[in-house]
Amino acid sequence: MTTFQARTHTVTLTERLKDATNVALIAILLGIPMIGLHTVDAGGKLMVATRWPWLLAFVATMFFGRLALQFAIDQFKLKRLTRQRTRTLELATPRPWLKWLGYGLLGFSLVLPIAFSDNRYVVDTATTVLIYVMLGWGLNVVVGLAGLLDLGYVAFYAVGAYSYALLSTQFGWNFWETLPVAGALAALFGILLGWPTLRLRGDYLAIVTLGFGEIIRVILINWTEFSGGPNGIGSIERPSFFGLPFKPDSDDGATFASFFGLEYASEHRVIFLYYLILVLALLTNLFIARLRKLPVGLAWEAVREDEVACKALGMNVTNVKLSAFAIGAMLGGFAGVFFAARQGFISPESFVFSESATILAIVVLGGMGSQFGVVIAASLLVILPELGRDFSEYRMLLFGAAMILIMVWKPGGLISRREPSKVLAGVEK
Amino acid sequence: MGQFIQQLINGLTLGSVYGLIALGYTMVYGIIGMINFAHGDIYMVAAIISVTVITLLAALGISAVPLALMVTLLVVMAFTAVYGWSVERVAYRPLRTAPRLAPLISAIGMSIFLQNMVQLTQGARVKPIADMMPGQFNLFTFDGFTVFLSYTQLMIIVVTVILLAIFTYLITRTSFGRQQRACEQDQTMTALLGVNVDRTISLTFMLGAALAAIAGVMVTIYYGVVDFAIGFVAGLKAFTAAVLGGIGSLPGAVLGGLIIGMLESFWSAYYSPEYKDVAGFALLILVLMFRPSGLLGRPEVEKV
Repeated sequence: MTTFQARTHTVTLTERLKDATNVALIAILLGIPMIGLHTVDAGGKLMVATRWPWLLAFVATMFFGRLALQFAIDQFKLKRLTRQRTRTLELATPRPWLKWLGYGLLGFSLVLPIAFSDNRYVVDTATTVLIYVMLGWGLNVVVGLAGLLDLGYVAFYAVGAYSYALLSTQFGWNFWETLPVAGALAALFGILLGWPTLRLRGDYLAIVTLGFGEIIRVILINWTEFSGGPNGIGSIERPSFFGLPFKPDSDDGATFASFFGLEYASEHRVIFLYYLILVLALLTNLFIARLRKLPVGLAWEAVREDEVACKALGMNVTNVKLSAFAIGAMLGGFAGVFFAARQGFISPESFVFSESATILAIVVLGGMGSQFGVVIAASLLVILPELGRDFSEYRMLLFGAAMILIMVWKPGGLISRREPSKVLAGVEK
Repeated sequence: MGQFIQQLINGLTLGSVYGLIALGYTMVYGIIGMINFAHGDIYMVAAIISVTVITLLAALGISAVPLALMVTLLVVMAFTAVYGWSVERVAYRPLRTAPRLAPLISAIGMSIFLQNMVQLTQGARVKPIADMMPGQFNLFTFDGFTVFLSYTQLMIIVVTVILLAIFTYLITRTSFGRQQRACEQDQTMTALLGVNVDRTISLTFMLGAALAAIAGVMVTIYYGVVDFAIGFVAGLKAFTAAVLGGIGSLPGAVLGGLIIGMLESFWSAYYSPEYKDVAGFALLILVLMFRPSGLLGRPEVEKV
């Protein structure tokens, strides 16, 4: 709650100790059934075992952790009070450092595979980051710009991936032929889902999209003749470099290595895939940046800010939302095609709800509507679990905790200030 | 005919469980207007705790079923309520004035956290327990097919009806219910009138968690197996049930749960068990298209 006067009374140590004791008491209650007691399998029958030292350690950690945290917060608040705050609310100050940081990152991403050419793992991880960046940008159109909560975005990703997998294995289509078709298919699915449901209020839309994502996944698992069921689809054709495949040698025509007179190396394909997704992602970014300046992009943001006002002005709100939904879905479809082409194997396992949640987390953690925030959040969410591989048991636990902490710390996302695409003439910047 | 009645009974049981979880969703949604994504995992935590408590009671030699059941329910409800309180405190309260999507993300984070916490502390393997209340009523035999209602099924249905009655009374007739409905409408105004909004919201979360705890205990006894991953699907179904029935409405939550439960049970019996989830969500989409506020929900008036 906001207070009108700065609190003058200093917090005593006793109060802090009391507070930490309360936290420790709660920790005891939370810990007893989970840490203190646990059931173990003793020859087909469950037995209860105890771990009191662990519980003690947990409670002590909570107690001292709380003390330290409170101390840190107190120090921080004190600093804040002594600093004069004269800044008023300002609208969209340009942040040149952000732009330069963006260019810096772009430069880095261009030279990354060359700098790490001997380290396949780095390039692979960077490719994964870029897939998520692209997905994040796609979902950003729906969630960040149009303000529609989509919890089933992974469905469109799946549509793209399966379109490529099926078209290439069944009909021999190549990557470039499939890309537009898969994008169109995903967009079509977006429209099919959006048309009946976009009149719903935000949270209902969320649950319907969530349900839609599950429907697609359940169908993919069970319709074995169509999608291969839980076994998925394997040996999918990899993308070629303008018709030159990445193979050691081929009977019909030149390969990438032989055409350029290079020694065959499996890294070529890894690096090519990296640049391919980089180009796709940059095109996506350019596309969205252009769209934001067009009437349709402005309409998205207008609908996000005030739907009723838009209706009153005679806008067809449903069509505006539908266009955002379709374009977001299309971008997800593109990313899906790339995913299938890169993996060479896909199964419904890759399209579970936690994927949707991760993509949404990227958009929200980055700061909704911020293209740059998506890049930062995607890097964080992909690289953090990778770093945690050594203690892999705990990485998802830490991942969940990090999501909570970042949200509590910065509820608007890491790059939280939204810059409107259009500002009234005469309004001072 | 015999099979039909049997599926009806099974569906009612399953639906009652969904209804119990959905009650928690609908109460929390009613008061803060947010999907509590961690609710399904609270239910899972409750089921895991109930395995521990039931095993412990058996080891202590308490074998009288009514006594064991009461102790299990009370203990699990108490511990789960603390979990509900903590979830609100950690993932929701700091974000009460934040943009609408922020608490959703922190709740998804909480859900991931709880699942992995349980997996780490209690192990990833399925936990089986012995049937606590074996026995059943054989209702009638039709064409050689005996329709039965097991004691557990009867208990689940009866408990759901009783809890629905208690909570409807609590929300519509008591002082706490009035405070809760006031918070739902305008938190600032309610605070100005001297209601402790924080406490009311905390209490709502604890009550929701206690309901999930009852559902968790019932499911543990009914199916006899529990693991760390049961929360997600059950939570999803229950939320679907809450939306289907009209979110914010208590009888709606139970009605929605019953519809989803029966749809699943009939769909599995007569069509295919693989596509039962598709049926539930398709029904949800259909209902929302024609009745956007759910079956028993009041249409929402948009305020400008």
